[in-house]
Amino acid sequence: MMRKILVPLFAMAIFLLLWEGLVWVNDWPNYKMASPSDLWPAYQRYWELFLVMGWQTLWRTVVGLLLAIVVGTGVGMIMGFSRTMRDALYPLLVGFNAIPKATVVPIVALMFVGAHDFNTVLIAFMISFFPIAVSVSIGLSTLEPEYRDILRSLGASQTTIFWKIALPKTLPEFFGALKVAVTLAFIGTNLMEIVSPHGRGLGALFDSGKTNSDYPLMFAVLIALALLGIVLYYIVVALEKIFAGWAERQPS
Amino acid sequence: MKPLIDIKGVRHTYPTAGGPLPVLDGLDVTVQEGGFCAVVGPSGCGKSTLTRLVAGLMKPDEGEVWLHGELVKSPRSTVGMAFQNPVLLEWRSILKNVMLPLEIVPGGLKGRAAEERARYLLALVGLEGFEDKRPSELSGGMRQRASLCRALVHQPDVLILDEPFGALDAFTREDLWLTMHDVKAKEPFTAILITHDLREAIFLGDQVVVLSGRPARTQYVMDVHRAGTPTLEDLYTPEAAERLNILRRQIEIAQGRAA
Repeated sequence: MMRKILVPLFAMAIFLLLWEGLVWVNDWPNYKMASPSDLWPAYQRYWELFLVMGWQTLWRTVVGLLLAIVVGTGVGMIMGFSRTMRDALYPLLVGFNAIPKATVVPIVALMFVGAHDFNTVLIAFMISFFPIAVSVSIGLSTLEPEYRDILRSLGASQTTIFWKIALPKTLPEFFGALKVAVTLAFIGTNLMEIVSPHGRGLGALFDSGKTNSDYPLMFAVLIALALLGIVLYYIVVALEKIFAGWAERQPS
Repeated sequence: MKPLIDIKGVRHTYPTAGGPLPVLDGLDVTVQEGGFCAVVGPSGCGKSTLTRLVAGLMKPDEGEVWLHGELVKSPRSTVGMAFQNPVLLEWRSILKNVMLPLEIVPGGLKGRAAEERARYLLALVGLEGFEDKRPSELSGGMRQRASLCRALVHQPDVLILDEPFGALDAFTREDLWLTMHDVKAKEPFTAILITHDLREAIFLGDQVVVLSGRPARTQYVMDVHRAGTPTLEDLYTPEAAERLNILRRQIEIAQGRAA
């Protein structure tokens, strides 16, 4: 257990040292590249802002992600159970996913001007729901027919088959997709926060750092985002261990 | 004695992209209560379709399937199935896997009684001590044993075995043949076994049905009379050799029709 925590912490410390050393050796000014030692004063000065903005970014990302889970699972179920729906929806979904979300951000910002929270949640949702829908549909459509037959031959209903077999069997794929979706949702939230005027969240803090030429602040925001991302990612990993831990093979 | 499984004049055709594909054409199989019917035939001759018909998972275009004096129209909870792929649920322990049918069958055992029944069966097939293991921790043969317990746990009238030992190595397979006889002695069942292995057919079956090539009809029926539980040595007697030879020739004829 100690090893599991100490090893990554050690790796992080080495990373910070290398970063500091690189800036120091090249004698870069902080507008070119801030060093870790520049970040600490930034956090000290703006810690209240970091807490408030960080919370805003976090909750909007999580709400967007939850929406993506609900809608993604729903769409995935429709495509997983019906071949016709899969054929019909797949090209649409792929096309939708292929549109760079950075181009959608200004459109959404104009469409619902002023509705910061709604806009941000919407973009976080749009960017993260695709992998969830695809993984659920693939998980359901690749269910071996024998699994169905075993239950159907006993007179089980479709609902029973879904709850007893299809759903649990899809969980590993679902969590795999959720890990991808978590980081994507952060990208979505921040795109919106940076672009939308008078925005909130860490993205807006980043933007204000840019306007005020406060370069250490900009780097500090990046690191704060990375930390939030790590926290959310490991929450998903913990949930995966609880609900789909069986899929992990014991090292033999 | 009344037959428990009675398949009469069944015909079935699958619609495919390349036109209709007849798979069964005049299939007759009768299995008495407590009987063990082994079905052999060339590859792709419609043997698996036969199991789906008996399980009530599909209806034949023509002909009738009777189980226990009732016409089979839809799935019934009185059958147990085991396939070549043991399809155990990886997220459940072996014990919970075996108990699965009891959660679905109306009037199935519940709670402690269900658990005891599952433990009893697992012990019967030699899986005592593995109840709490995950399927992924078991060997192929052990998984197949667990799958067999699951097929039997709700005391089905009919056990449908679709090549359950097909993917196992020869020695494990022979072990499982012996287990089948042990289990049958303590937990009597009526079974229909699809297999490619002629030795398996005469070792387990008291009746061997040879199907013709596609579309399959009943081509030949052999009664295997035996006294008591057979041993593996019985497979090396002149009598067994003769039976295998007859079946071998029947399969050749069946393949000839398929070509």
